[in-house]
Amino acid sequence: MRVALFLTCVNDTLYPDTGRAVVKLLTRLGVEVDFPMAQTCCGQAHYNTGYRHEAEPLARHFSDVFGEYEAIVTPSGSCGAMVRELYPRMGERARAEGRGNTLAATLAPVIPKTYELTEFLVDVLGVTDVGAYYPHHVTYHPTCHGLRGLGLADRPRRLLQAVKGLELAELPGADECCGFGGTFALKNSDVSAAMGADKVRNAESTGAEVLCAADNSCLMHIGGTMARLSTGMRPVHIAEILASTEEEPAR
Amino acid sequence: MSSRERILGRVQRALADVPPDDTPYDQAIERAYLGEHGNRSVEETVDLLAENLADYRAIVHRTDADELPCLIMRLLAERGPRSVLVPPGLPPEWMSAADATRVHDRAVSTPHELDTVESVVTGCALAIAETGTIVLDGSPDQGRRRITLVPDHHICVVRVPDQVVSSVPQALRRLAPNRPLTWISGPSATSDIELDRVEGVHGPRTLEVVLVSGE
Amino acid sequence: MSGTFVGMPAFPKAAHEAVHNSTLRGNLRHATHTIRAKRANAVAEVSDWAALREAGKQIKDHTLRHLDRYLVQLEESVTAAGGTVHWAADAEEANRIVTRLVKETGESEVVKVKSMATQEIGLNEALEEEGIRAYETDLAELIVQLGKDRPSHILVPAIHRNRGEIRDIFAREMSEWGRPAPDGLTDTPAELAEAARLHLREKFLRAKVGVSGANFMVAETGTMVVVESEGNGRMCLTLPETLISVVGIEKTVPTWQDLEVFLQTLPRSSTAERMNPYTSMWTGTTNSETADGPQTFHLVLLDNGRTDTLADEVGRQALRCIRCSACLNVCPVYERAGGHAYGSVYPGPIGAILSPQLRGTDSEIDSSLPYASSLCGACYEVCPVAIDIPEVLVHLRERVVEGGQVTREGNKVVLKPAKGHVAERAAMRAARWAFARPGVLRTGQRLASRTRRLHPRSLPGPGKAWSDSRALPALPSEPFRDWWQRTRGGSGKDGGK
Repeated sequence: MRVALFLTCVNDTLYPDTGRAVVKLLTRLGVEVDFPMAQTCCGQAHYNTGYRHEAEPLARHFSDVFGEYEAIVTPSGSCGAMVRELYPRMGERARAEGRGNTLAATLAPVIPKTYELTEFLVDVLGVTDVGAYYPHHVTYHPTCHGLRGLGLADRPRRLLQAVKGLELAELPGADECCGFGGTFALKNSDVSAAMGADKVRNAESTGAEVLCAADNSCLMHIGGTMARLSTGMRPVHIAEILASTEEEPAR
Repeated sequence: MSSRERILGRVQRALADVPPDDTPYDQAIERAYLGEHGNRSVEETVDLLAENLADYRAIVHRTDADELPCLIMRLLAERGPRSVLVPPGLPPEWMSAADATRVHDRAVSTPHELDTVESVVTGCALAIAETGTIVLDGSPDQGRRRITLVPDHHICVVRVPDQVVSSVPQALRRLAPNRPLTWISGPSATSDIELDRVEGVHGPRTLEVVLVSGE
Repeated sequence: MSGTFVGMPAFPKAAHEAVHNSTLRGNLRHATHTIRAKRANAVAEVSDWAALREAGKQIKDHTLRHLDRYLVQLEESVTAAGGTVHWAADAEEANRIVTRLVKETGESEVVKVKSMATQEIGLNEALEEEGIRAYETDLAELIVQLGKDRPSHILVPAIHRNRGEIRDIFAREMSEWGRPAPDGLTDTPAELAEAARLHLREKFLRAKVGVSGANFMVAETGTMVVVESEGNGRMCLTLPETLISVVGIEKTVPTWQDLEVFLQTLPRSSTAERMNPYTSMWTGTTNSETADGPQTFHLVLLDNGRTDTLADEVGRQALRCIRCSACLNVCPVYERAGGHAYGSVYPGPIGAILSPQLRGTDSEIDSSLPYASSLCGACYEVCPVAIDIPEVLVHLRERVVEGGQVTREGNKVVLKPAKGHVAERAAMRAARWAFARPGVLRTGQRLASRTRRLHPRSLPGPGKAWSDSRALPALPSEPFRDWWQRTRGGSGKDGGK
């Protein structure tokens, strides 16, 4: 099977380790991974800040770049939800604005074949034990767009539970938002920081050394808060845990 | 232009996107929800009513028609009211053993007069098992809404199983919308202090429900 | 809406105070977490919740799509049952109608059932100006009124007060309004409830005029429904001689049967009960022989921005709201910012989409409300009529930054993009330009990586909002795409085109 890696602009720029981990993991599972170099950004930040019309060219670009692949895999719940949940809505809105069906038709091909990484592993590849080894005490934070947007449910946890050596701790208040929310983190920084601090305190209370999630944007916020609060915990993307093996352990 | 015309005009302009052949009411709503929750025998439904009433702090008694007058007498005697309100159409035998002075509600009775009465005994229109609710509809055995509100102690007699329905949908089908209806689920309560439920505010602080069989 | 909130600062500024008020944070955390778990249990008890939620949404949507027809039908039914229907286009007109109706009775005081609509129009203040005193009788509204405070929650307007604060308010203020609080009043909820019972009883017994809202109005029968817990509603609805109900036009449902949906979803969503203690239903007036309840009934149908909201195809779903407040109770932003920061009687997620639609986005507070959310979606998940609050929030953000056509007081107007978003708009455009050109993105990434040792650990300007509370991520030595090209020889489609 040959899939396109939609890494997302944030991961490409700031978290290349996550991208390398996805490539390593999927390759190990017999999947041929391609990284279309023309990819940029799905337009989520634009869309969610109110700039839907600015997001449209980005969505069309996304469709151009990824349209021909069998499947598109992304290590981000929120960017995955952007394509799956919000691209259809962009098409509908364009129609309601009297701009016809063009946008909807352009975006239609990529919508059903875009998968968040854990979803791709569990639903498409049908695996929960990916042969990973990660001898650490980990707690898992389900990010909002993955949990409520894509309905990832217990897929990430099932994957983590099958990791050799990994001790999984329940995160109190796991379903609560970490407070990132894209531009929310800047526009409402007081509330965002308070939510982040509560999330970090809950994580700390588990005694885990690692907080794991399936979205680096949220982890950037949580990790930044952890550093400011000097907790000694570290944020790690789930792809890096699943890619880790006894032969080639993650840091 | 009257405000009526202005508002209706605004509504019509706001709905310019709605086609004239929009789905009619009877096809627009998919009533895929349940008519009642679970399959229960008649006895089980009555048991569930008793359980849910008690869960919301109503005091539940079970008796039969023969014992009912004595039970009512005892319940009144325990609280020792000087007077008890009775609606005009209450079956006289229900009160045949009671000692307290019977006060009859009259259209001219003032709220202050009602406030001097400690207890009230009524029947009901029906009771809903799933929610632990009794419903009054102002029939002669229930009287005006105020008589079950101002006194602090309400004894409500439910004929089981005839007056018991399982669910809210079943209840609405049996009730007449043009009657003044009061749905009562336990004694008055509030969640206004720290969102925690406390029983006993303005309505009767004691609600006793008598489930009477074999009438 | 109510004058109480005029001149509110933007949400982030108002929230700043609340976030750092540890008593308030504690009160809100305790209350919302208590009800959250209970609501989840109450909902889990019914196996057909999803079907009930869908039916509730469909009933409300259908009604809204034919609201003109149902309002006329409702008017006919209420009139036929002996009630009188009035129409109020805005708050000022509604207040004028109610004031006139009260004056016609010759009374100078009214007892009130908790009602969002009368809060919204500032009825109490309007009556006060005309020498009419309105007594709030819901326990939480009483706490707010006695404390000269503002409501901060739809269901429990005094949620920001803990039991100790409530005790102090009762002990200090009750004597100003009537019967004083009992000596030695403690802060146990049962004693506080008893104090309210004693304080209000005399007012109920002597009241000649009651003022209420309604949770539902049934068009086919003219039946009004009020859902409550304490019995204060029953007192106000049955003891006075005259009853005036002020109700938003969106509270209409077509049929009697429709109540079977909402009477199951509302109590479980709001107070997390199978059924609330008291529900009153009345249809016009009863005949003088039975004389059960008020012999004069007035219904004031309120627009006040609702038809403008209805005109927006995306935003109109906010009118499905049945005011259960489940969205407030699960909202992480509400929990930390508190209700007052929303500058409206409608706080929380629903307020953030309702206020800017009912009032427009002109003011500082209203244009900031669509941003008062991390779009986490918890509100949508619990909403018993499936209002997609995040969708409407984003839609309203668009209205703020892009402007466009909206309806105000029944007229179509074109809004200009809001001021204060100029830099953001430019940045979004620049980002879109760069993102449409992978080569430009790549050049930027490389530049950032090469200069990474020079990057500061905290940021100036708007970035300060981030770095004050969160460390910046360290930049990697190379972006992923460079690694990919270096190791895979650019096997993918070339991005430099």
